[in-house]
Amino acid sequence: MTAESTSATAAGPGALPASRDAPLISLRQITKIYGSGDAEVRALRGIDLDILGGEFVAIMGPSGSGKSTAMNILGFLDKPSGGTYSFGGAEVDHLSRDQLALLRRNFLGFVFQGYNLLARTSALDNVELPLIYQGMARTQRRRLALEALAKVGLKGREDHDPSQLSGGQQQRVAIARAIVTNPDVILADEPTGNLDTARSHEIMDLLTELNRKDGITILMVTHEPDMAEYADRLIHFLDGRIASDASAEKAAPDAL
Amino acid sequence: MLYEAIRLALQAILRNMFRSFLTVLGIVIGVAAVIAMVTVGQGSTDQVEADVSTLGTNLLMIRPGQPSQGPGSGVGGTAASLTLKDVDAIEEQIPSVMVATPSNSRAMTVIFGNVNYSTTVTGTDTRFLTARDWPLESGRAFYESELRTGSSACILGNTVKTKLFGGSDPLGASIRLKQISCRVIGVLEAKGASSFGTDQDDIVLVPIRAFQRRIAGNQDVSMIFASIRNGISTDKAKADIERLMRERRRIGPFEEDDFNVFDMKQISSMLTGITSVLTGLLSAVAAVSLLVGGIGIMNIMLVSVTERTREIGIRLAVGATEGQVLLQFLVESIVLSLIGGLIGIMLGLALGLLGSRLLSIPFAPNPSLILAAFLFSAMVGIVFGYFPALRAARMDPIEALRHQ
Repeated sequence: MTAESTSATAAGPGALPASRDAPLISLRQITKIYGSGDAEVRALRGIDLDILGGEFVAIMGPSGSGKSTAMNILGFLDKPSGGTYSFGGAEVDHLSRDQLALLRRNFLGFVFQGYNLLARTSALDNVELPLIYQGMARTQRRRLALEALAKVGLKGREDHDPSQLSGGQQQRVAIARAIVTNPDVILADEPTGNLDTARSHEIMDLLTELNRKDGITILMVTHEPDMAEYADRLIHFLDGRIASDASAEKAAPDAL
Repeated sequence: MLYEAIRLALQAILRNMFRSFLTVLGIVIGVAAVIAMVTVGQGSTDQVEADVSTLGTNLLMIRPGQPSQGPGSGVGGTAASLTLKDVDAIEEQIPSVMVATPSNSRAMTVIFGNVNYSTTVTGTDTRFLTARDWPLESGRAFYESELRTGSSACILGNTVKTKLFGGSDPLGASIRLKQISCRVIGVLEAKGASSFGTDQDDIVLVPIRAFQRRIAGNQDVSMIFASIRNGISTDKAKADIERLMRERRRIGPFEEDDFNVFDMKQISSMLTGITSVLTGLLSAVAAVSLLVGGIGIMNIMLVSVTERTREIGIRLAVGATEGQVLLQFLVESIVLSLIGGLIGIMLGLALGLLGSRLLSIPFAPNPSLILAAFLFSAMVGIVFGYFPALRAARMDPIEALRHQ
């Protein structure tokens, strides 16, 4: 309930209104084929997936199972070879590169395993980056970036370079950068892959909080079952297909 | 967005200070060369023009010889010499001529006490001072009697005075020219160096008859200066003199002139022409340097784009459009080449100033050239930065993010 109501207000500029019933993300028979002829690789072989606004989804699967390809398509970084992708009710699978860039800018936030912060650039400047591309005025940008950094617990470290921050802190900067635009969805690609257990749990707590409090939909790829437990839905990929989709309301963790 | 792009560009450039410096070196050298060359060239042109006006813009020179021979060439072999009667005829019969004066020159050693000094001795008359618009600093001009009899009186140029007498007063002193001794009656005002590379003050004037009789040993006049009245065109006066001289020298209607009338403007335009040819040549070399500099920028921008693949991936992931990435890298190469251009302009002006001082010519920076150099370096940045910027903008964000 809180998730849905806040997701409406938290939507970025020009947010697509996601109705209560319609899924925020809807994939229908999505395929992705790399190469051609004998070198053809069918990374995705028909994915059907609906994700509602406010869900926290963990995606698991072995290497080559297609989960990264699916994440790239979900994150508007790649286009499917076939099938339809609806985001907020609008078909987005045939948009141009720049239109996809606008979708990323306004509706998505990315968190990567390797943080992917700009080197020799302060935490504040890193967080401001998406707002620069939105064309926001400097003072407003600064204010929002400071807020986002405070939210991830990095108040006072705004002027630090990534090299002056620990891995956990760098990932917090990356999360701040992801949330500074008030996105609908955060795509997290093994966000705790480079962190020790304590740091990993802190990051997961932070993501959970963003999901619960701000209603941000989170799609997370992970190898670690411990981390997947934070999600309330677990999808397994295998050989370019969805092998299992356990929408169990924390059933698995409870059972353990 | 543009402001952000410029800020980012400056950051990226400063981050690789040394490499950026090497990158722009080609532009710096090219721009500096053009600016320095043109500044010095313009200065020497100005100097020539100034010299011509000190000589008198309304001065014509008449010499025997074929017209094809330039003003610097010697007396024509077969052509008959000029005479003192020609001088008087020109002055008396041509209304547009104010004064005409003979001028025979020879390099000689002058001796005073134990000082020997090699200078130019010119045989002339008092009208020389009027024609050349050259007042006396001290003493007096030749008396008519001195001119008529060709007595040994001489007027010193300022350099000669200094060389022979230092600070002391030369008036009344006796100096030796070859075997003749002559009394110093006056000193000319200092005129300074001419664009011909000679010191105009390195001169001793003696009466023309004295020169003819005692130095040259003939009755020839090797050159006549004719000063034109104000408001009369040199072309008109030149035509009048040519007509008179053809008549006096009995040249038939279909024969060529065996004398030359030079106009100082002609001489100055010839010198200016040489300067502009030189400036043009060196500017061409500088343009090649700019081209090489531009290629250097392109090379470094390509390296930079490759190095920063991951950064580009991050920017694309957070929602930068192709245009925004293109703009960023284009601005970076423009800023880079503009910095090169600015350093080049400053260096060129400094070199131009130094060159002007060394050649003792006026320092003549050309504002429109400086603006052109500035715009040209911006253009180099655009042209040579476009391809690397496009490569950055077209990157696949997934590949770019995977790049190590």
